[in-house]
Amino acid sequence: MSDHQEPPGGAPRPGEHEEPASEPPPGDVLLDEDEIAQAEIEAAAERAADAKSVGLEAGFGERLVAALTGTSVIVTVLAFVSALFIGAFIIAFSEDSVRQALGYFFAQPQDAFRAAGDAVFSAYRALVQGSLGGTTQLSETFVTATPLILTGLAVAVPLRAALFNIGAEGQFVAGGMMAGLVGFGLTGLPMVVHLPLAVAAGVLAGGLYGWIPGILKARTGAHEVISTIMLNNIALLVSGYLISTTLFRRPDRTDPISRSVEESARFPRLIPWEPGLRVNTSLLMAIALAVVIFWLVERSTRGFELNAVGLNPSAATAAGMNPARTLVTAMTVGGAMAGAAGAAVILGLQYRLTIGFSAGIGFSGITVALLGRGRIGGTVAAGILIGALQVGGRNMQAQTGTSLELALVIQALIIVFIAAPGLVRAIFRIKADDLATGQVAKGWGA
Amino acid sequence: MSQTTLAPAAQRRRERRFGMFSVLLLAVMLGVFASTTRGDRATFILNDARGQLFELPDLVLPVLPTVVLLSAVVAGIAARQFTRGFGSRAVVIVGVVALLFVIAFLTWAAAGGQLSVVGLLRGSLARATPIALGAMAGVLCERAGVINIAIEGQFLAGAFTAAVVSSIASNPWVGLLGGISAGVLVAFMLAGLSIKFQADQIVVGVVLIVFATGVTSFLNTQVLSGNPQLNSPTRFTAIAVPVLSEIPLIGPVLFRQSLLVFGMIAAVIILQYGLFQTRWGLRLRSVGEHPKAADTVGIHVLATRYKAVLLGGVFAGIGGSWWTLDAVGQFSREMTGGRGFIALAAMLVGRYSPVGAFGAALIFGFSDQLATSLQLLRVPVPSDLLLTAPYLVTIVVVAGLIGRLRVPAADGKPYVKQ
Repeated sequence: MSDHQEPPGGAPRPGEHEEPASEPPPGDVLLDEDEIAQAEIEAAAERAADAKSVGLEAGFGERLVAALTGTSVIVTVLAFVSALFIGAFIIAFSEDSVRQALGYFFAQPQDAFRAAGDAVFSAYRALVQGSLGGTTQLSETFVTATPLILTGLAVAVPLRAALFNIGAEGQFVAGGMMAGLVGFGLTGLPMVVHLPLAVAAGVLAGGLYGWIPGILKARTGAHEVISTIMLNNIALLVSGYLISTTLFRRPDRTDPISRSVEESARFPRLIPWEPGLRVNTSLLMAIALAVVIFWLVERSTRGFELNAVGLNPSAATAAGMNPARTLVTAMTVGGAMAGAAGAAVILGLQYRLTIGFSAGIGFSGITVALLGRGRIGGTVAAGILIGALQVGGRNMQAQTGTSLELALVIQALIIVFIAAPGLVRAIFRIKADDLATGQVAKGWGA
Repeated sequence: MSQTTLAPAAQRRRERRFGMFSVLLLAVMLGVFASTTRGDRATFILNDARGQLFELPDLVLPVLPTVVLLSAVVAGIAARQFTRGFGSRAVVIVGVVALLFVIAFLTWAAAGGQLSVVGLLRGSLARATPIALGAMAGVLCERAGVINIAIEGQFLAGAFTAAVVSSIASNPWVGLLGGISAGVLVAFMLAGLSIKFQADQIVVGVVLIVFATGVTSFLNTQVLSGNPQLNSPTRFTAIAVPVLSEIPLIGPVLFRQSLLVFGMIAAVIILQYGLFQTRWGLRLRSVGEHPKAADTVGIHVLATRYKAVLLGGVFAGIGGSWWTLDAVGQFSREMTGGRGFIALAAMLVGRYSPVGAFGAALIFGFSDQLATSLQLLRVPVPSDLLLTAPYLVTIVVVAGLIGRLRVPAADGKPYVKQ
């Protein structure tokens, strides 16, 4: 009855992954060509075992990467529409007037429909007006979009190597803390030195914080989803502690708020003569970094390896690439992007560190990257779209009293529909192709 | 071939890594605990304030000699880890080292003060309850081949619904049913999206967490904050088992707990038996290991997976109800504070077995409770840093032990009948 036998599977045997790929078998003096060839074969086998032990075998990565980049634009648009449609129901049912009208629904159904229609229409009108309705609103949209583009890239780059970086929030915190520390810790520097230095500190700190889960996965196989979530919590707690220490805290205050960033380390505003427009040069930095990342991921040799490892790690290994090194690089570059986002917020907008200054910007990066279908250009566009949604959500809360968290719900719904293209096709009766079954043809043309 | 030649080398490397770990802990024991004591004696209170059969004397330890003695033992272990090694018992020895470190830490922390051992252990078991229940949900799903990252979302949905339903019905049992149905609802979304629509299961899990966080926070501000009568649930009260609860030390820890704690222990035992000793468990595991073979012998793969995920939703829903029906008694936004992820880690540390996951949950519950207990002792470590303990433990454990984990072979892979 009981079944204690271990069925055959892809599990690495103990010891197989203990040897890093670069090391030759220990203690052997190689004598002739046969032995050298034998050693090479063994090294290749170990590399393959290595790729398996870091969780890069078929499954998550390949299917997701192919499914995302293969999803058609129409599915993305329909996902957005469906999410807004369900959001409308949530608005309607949480509105007091609608619930009251539902109480006598069968006597006067038109009341309920009118109340629901009014609630949804006014909420969504406030959403659009608050994000696109004027220059101030547009400025706010781009201010909000700047860090979102960067945290989106922080998720998108590892995603291309089939890694799911949930740690953008923690990497954002690390970057913001270091950028802030350099921003107010050093004084008397000219802006051309101070600002780049502070940004570099943020990028380095974020990159280092992204490197940790990367190296843990490459060396021990610890899944990046777990380790990045834990690192997020640690970053939030440690930053809360650090902000209350004398190193960071404002000397004249007892509550946890840091000193202000020096003028010479602040991103200058783009339109300084209009005091209401907060859009600043960190937007240009984000776009420049996106261009660099585009070249890195889509055009460079390392980017080719990244994509190869993401699409088919076994083939990449067979072609002589090193999946372990690639995944560490991908996580580090991703972390650096999130660190840049932290620097953009602290040096371009808030100028001081407070508890919880990350405010979920890193988590929103997941939405941005998935909405952008893991592509660099798509991620930039998605960052602006989600930025507009969040700014509009604030206006919606102020004007119609519909709580800001609705924007979060809509974001989640958008990813649900994008992650399950079959669902969208089923709802809208789009003719099924191979994507509807999730069995994605893998290949370079995808 | 390479396995046989490499295995001893790998074993040596592993022993050396464990040895480094011991040396690290030893450095903290000598460098921090032995050199910065705040008092001569540490008092551990073994009695509970309630009635018990007889009183135990308080355990009073001299701080410095205790820490030095424990350090000497750890040093001895480390020496052998670097030289001969412990062979097959290596992992157990790491646990022993960690335990000695914890005892030294507690002695140092309680120096010049008093620490209630009963409170510490009782709180640990209580805090382990939702973690263990969430881990049961994870074990059921992943043994059947569906990755469940969404435990945190199931917790939040369960906690919210249990609070509202229990408030309306003024009955914790009805509230528990509400919490269960919310957990099952999230599980149903997970099952539908990952089994029927074959979406990527890790993405779906993360999305369901965002979704549950968004919906519960939205309804909390939109509905509950204006109607406090909907957020004052009737709670489960602690049950004292007659006679047994009056045994000193173990009585209050094991036999005077809330109903959910007893339920969790029962669930662990039943699932351990069910998964490994019954036909139901064999079938469930077969669709997670080799769905094609299971299909060939007539097991309905997709239906089995659906049932496993939904049953997991029941346990996760009960786990979520723990917050509003047992520990806190009121819903607040994001109140589960990442315990769903800790449950996930407990499942991995427990290697996909209910009893193992329960053991891991106890460790996490302990480190959770420790942070609270130590704040009362005014230990000179900031509370923010103490609160990082469970997360650090998770990383160390996942990185140190999970690398050799054998995952169910078809975990995360949708099944398409051919």
